Amino acid sequence: MTYITNGSSKMIATRIRSLSMEQIGRFLLPAISISGGLLLWHVCSLMTSPLFLPSPLMVWNAAVEMALDGSLAASVWASGTRIFAGWAAGVALGVPLGLFMGRFRTVRMLVDPYIEFFRFIPPIAFVTLAVIWLGPGELTKIALIFYTTIFIVTLNTIAGVESVNPLRLQAARSLGANQRQEMTSIILPSTVPFMVTGARIAMGNSFLTVVSAEIVSAQQGLGATIWTARNFARTDWVFVGIIALGCLGFLFDRIFRIVTQKTLKRFL
Amino acid sequence: MGNGASITLSQVGISFGVAQIVSGFSLDIRPGEFICLLGPSGCGKSTLLNAIAGFLPVTGTMTVAGKPVVGPGIDRGVVFQSSEVLFPWLTIRQNVEYGLRLRGVPSQVRRQKADHYIGLVGLSHAAERFPAQLSGGMRQRAQIARVLINEPAVVLMDEPFGALDAQTREVLQEELDRIWRATGCTIVFVTHDIWEAVLLADRVVVMTAGPAAGIKSVKEVGLSHPRDQADPAALEIFRQLRDEIGAEVTRALAQQGLSSRKEAAE
Repeated sequence: MTYITNGSSKMIATRIRSLSMEQIGRFLLPAISISGGLLLWHVCSLMTSPLFLPSPLMVWNAAVEMALDGSLAASVWASGTRIFAGWAAGVALGVPLGLFMGRFRTVRMLVDPYIEFFRFIPPIAFVTLAVIWLGPGELTKIALIFYTTIFIVTLNTIAGVESVNPLRLQAARSLGANQRQEMTSIILPSTVPFMVTGARIAMGNSFLTVVSAEIVSAQQGLGATIWTARNFARTDWVFVGIIALGCLGFLFDRIFRIVTQKTLKRFL
Repeated sequence: MGNGASITLSQVGISFGVAQIVSGFSLDIRPGEFICLLGPSGCGKSTLLNAIAGFLPVTGTMTVAGKPVVGPGIDRGVVFQSSEVLFPWLTIRQNVEYGLRLRGVPSQVRRQKADHYIGLVGLSHAAERFPAQLSGGMRQRAQIARVLINEPAVVLMDEPFGALDAQTREVLQEELDRIWRATGCTIVFVTHDIWEAVLLADRVVVMTAGPAAGIKSVKEVGLSHPRDQADPAALEIFRQLRDEIGAEVTRALAQQGLSSRKEAAE
């Protein structure tokens, strides 16, 4: 009995130790990795001109300068809202479209040729057209991000509908579900993981699109910041823009993951 | 409590494309009867069950309580072998309530009925858990409760205990016997386990090996419940069934050998 107690307490102690090591590692290793990267960047910047590669400190100063005059926040806000608006619209339409395409063969056959054609055309190819048709305003950028998102979300949702366990549908039908109830009570919840994955990938691609769209036609936004920096030969601004994009993407992804984990946990 | 319905199968045939799975199948099932479909694997037992459930189109006549079968319906509950059919995003209680919810039964009534049927299958302690948190045996109990709450006249069971370990299976067989008595429904139970059929069934239908499977024999078990494997009368029935299925398997293998030899000759 004592032996068992000793053994188990030792086990618990080991577990606590390994757990805390793991927790330290979770923060320590990324911190080491980031500072290592900064150091390497700094060393490299010493060997060349600031126009070619500004040092981390220069970039930091540029970021502070842009933060103080408000241009950084304005850019982040402009890009962030565009991405969110286009992405949310794309998800909101892509999910039902995918559900209907996956469920009804006729809908699928009607829409499929277009999906199969347009999926190979990157949003960037439409930038010029979008400006001609929708003007240089907000709508253009949002439409391009919408286009980016809807394909990914639709295709993922279709894949989700197709992978619904047919036995589950049989069970639902024999328990009395009609077609509409089958859709809302079985297919929709079964497909949630695929929708979430699609929305998450689409979020990443939306960042790609927003930069290209802003480079072509925008006064504000991180893409515009990066592009106008060229006119002033401010490579450090380019770096600020790039880093801000990365951070914004990370933030969006984290928020998305937390929200989906909180609200859709039982479906994932 | 809804009483069992009669099932009439007359010259029933089922085919997938050109492949005839079941043909010329005729059987009258009495209201409240427990029928086991027994036969060599792949003979079409499950296919026949799916047809009664309304998942497959058939030729010939098939009626439940005198009404022809057209598509699935809540008068025929289906218990599947795989517990994957429980909805993983719903708790056991929500799974059991599912059928009532579809028909807009008020939540008060739903809750009461769910409590009753969850209790009947012995899952009261696990009602608020999710299927993934239960053992295989408990999930099959949940499936049974989810079907019974609709008070079906017929319960169709497709090897429901096939994936369970021997001990759990034995317990569930006894409980199914009790539940069947409590509800009075007609049960059609597919199994390849001869003992299971002997222990549960009023009549055992032995099917011929496919393709175009039909009935080889129908055996009245006629023993009182609870039944015991050690009972000589039960053992005798077991032997007879085993020999019949054995003969059927041998015949099917010989036929396959013959046809493959023919193919080789051609």
